[in-house]
Amino acid sequence: MTTATTAMTTPHATAAAPAAVSADTTLSVTNLDMHYGAFRALRGINLEVKRHAVTALIGPSGSGKSTLLRCFNRMNDLVPGARVEGQVLFNGEDIYHPSVDPTEVRLRVGMVFQKPNPFPKSVYDNVAFGLRINGFKGNMDDAVERSLRRAALWDEVKDRLKQSGLALSGGQQQRLCIARAVAVQPDVILMDEPASALDPISTLAIEELMRELCRDYTIVVVTHNMQQAARASDWTAFMTMGEDRAGHLVEVGSTQQIFTNPQDERTEGYITGRFG
Amino acid sequence: MARDGIARRTNRADAAMQLSRNRKRGALQGRLVHWLFFACAVMSIVTTFGIVASLLSQSLGFFREIPLWDFLFGTTWSPILRDAEGNRHYGVLPLVSGTVLVAALAAAVAVPAGLAIAIYLAEYAPDKIRRTIKPILEVLAGIPTVVYGYFALTFVTPMLQRIPLRPFQEDLLVFNALSAGLVMGLMIIPMVSSLSEDAMVAVPRSLRSAAYALGATRLEVSLRIVVPAALSGIVASFILAFSRAIGETMLVTLAAGATPRLTFNPIESIQAMTAFIVQLALGETPRGTLEYNTIFAVGLLLFAFTLGMNVLGQFLVRRFREEY
Repeated sequence: MTTATTAMTTPHATAAAPAAVSADTTLSVTNLDMHYGAFRALRGINLEVKRHAVTALIGPSGSGKSTLLRCFNRMNDLVPGARVEGQVLFNGEDIYHPSVDPTEVRLRVGMVFQKPNPFPKSVYDNVAFGLRINGFKGNMDDAVERSLRRAALWDEVKDRLKQSGLALSGGQQQRLCIARAVAVQPDVILMDEPASALDPISTLAIEELMRELCRDYTIVVVTHNMQQAARASDWTAFMTMGEDRAGHLVEVGSTQQIFTNPQDERTEGYITGRFG
Repeated sequence: MARDGIARRTNRADAAMQLSRNRKRGALQGRLVHWLFFACAVMSIVTTFGIVASLLSQSLGFFREIPLWDFLFGTTWSPILRDAEGNRHYGVLPLVSGTVLVAALAAAVAVPAGLAIAIYLAEYAPDKIRRTIKPILEVLAGIPTVVYGYFALTFVTPMLQRIPLRPFQEDLLVFNALSAGLVMGLMIIPMVSSLSEDAMVAVPRSLRSAAYALGATRLEVSLRIVVPAALSGIVASFILAFSRAIGETMLVTLAAGATPRLTFNPIESIQAMTAFIVQLALGETPRGTLEYNTIFAVGLLLFAFTLGMNVLGQFLVRRFREEY
């Protein structure tokens, strides 16, 4: 069933048929439906997320961007009544298979939230937390420094590692959260509007960081900010809310193509600011 | 139309007058209410100081005859009965050990159990179960302490007595610290669990999400994120519960005995500070005598204990606080 699709040229094919799992695909979503109790939040999502690239999920409020993002690391499992149908393959493995431990998934697919949420612990302990709970045996000081450097925060905090993470500025807190996510060396980093609570300078810093990090990580970012998607992402997926109020995917493509030559008029309407 | 407009205008003028009148009345009311509430606040402070002053002044009579040192560090408490040489003894340590023993037993029961219940309710229980269990626990907190006393004396003690202690120990006495301590532990569990749970529920959801997103299990989230973040409230609940155990009177009077004894052996019969005060107050000791004044000396010490616990609690809360 999947062999025939290897010939597909566009990596982000939205065909209803199960997508191919090629080496440059990290996440592959097939016919995904998501319910909160009786409410259908997502309908028929098909999407491939490319390895070592930034994929942006854009769309109006209520289009299910964040919900889709949370399907990728099974965070929706924590919501009572949440139910997922369809398939999400992570490096070819079905993350919703009954034998899969969701904590294992979350270890490989990290997440950065909309509002910076450092633990009320020291900068050091924030970064070390994920390593400690996963029984990290190596040199913790090195691992913490490496992660903070990756998040472009080391120089600003190296003299106050023992201070509370909450004493940092908002932008620094968000980079601390990125360092915390990077520390456990995931394959994917999901970012749920990571800059929406930040000032423009901090926002740019986060965007630069995404560009920098995508050399080693696969990044999926939800954003309301179309300039951000245009600036920082390689691929863009446009979602919208259907008549039944369920979110669904309208169009996926390279960011360049989506912003210059959208195929669907709803996408065009959204990116030109005519609705949403 | 025009009439309408005029009518409306006059109405508005009326309304404006009404408003200003209301405001005047409101201001007077506001000041009255302000002073009323202020008076209530002052009253409770005055009462507290009154109690302290009365304790101090009455126990002054006691300490004029018995040196403070002998009272605090004496190891025999026999203020009414004379020993073979005809002396009375005013060393309060046996009463203190009795109180501390029972309270420590209670804490040993209530701290782990209360914390476990709080973690279960805050982190594990589905909403429905939580909404059922919490009120039941709070009913438990409302049971009169005399009921707990009889429960200890007539149910728990006979049960404990079935445990064979010989040849290591004498049999368990009818009045013993163990039974009182265990039941007091049960009694203060709701206090620990309810306050701790409130503190844990107040920990922002976003911190839990952050930990789950790093691959933490529910237990890791509970113990490494939620409990540390709620620690100030949890410690406060321990301290409050411990203070309650120290001040608790009926249970220890009924179940722990009336034998002042300097011991930390839970199977012995002891007398707690509060139980002594009850014993003396119910007896026929004439007012104003040295024996009678012992009540105030012990009461003052009890007050110092709970005050000390509260200060310690404040300190611990500030020391371990994880602000979020």
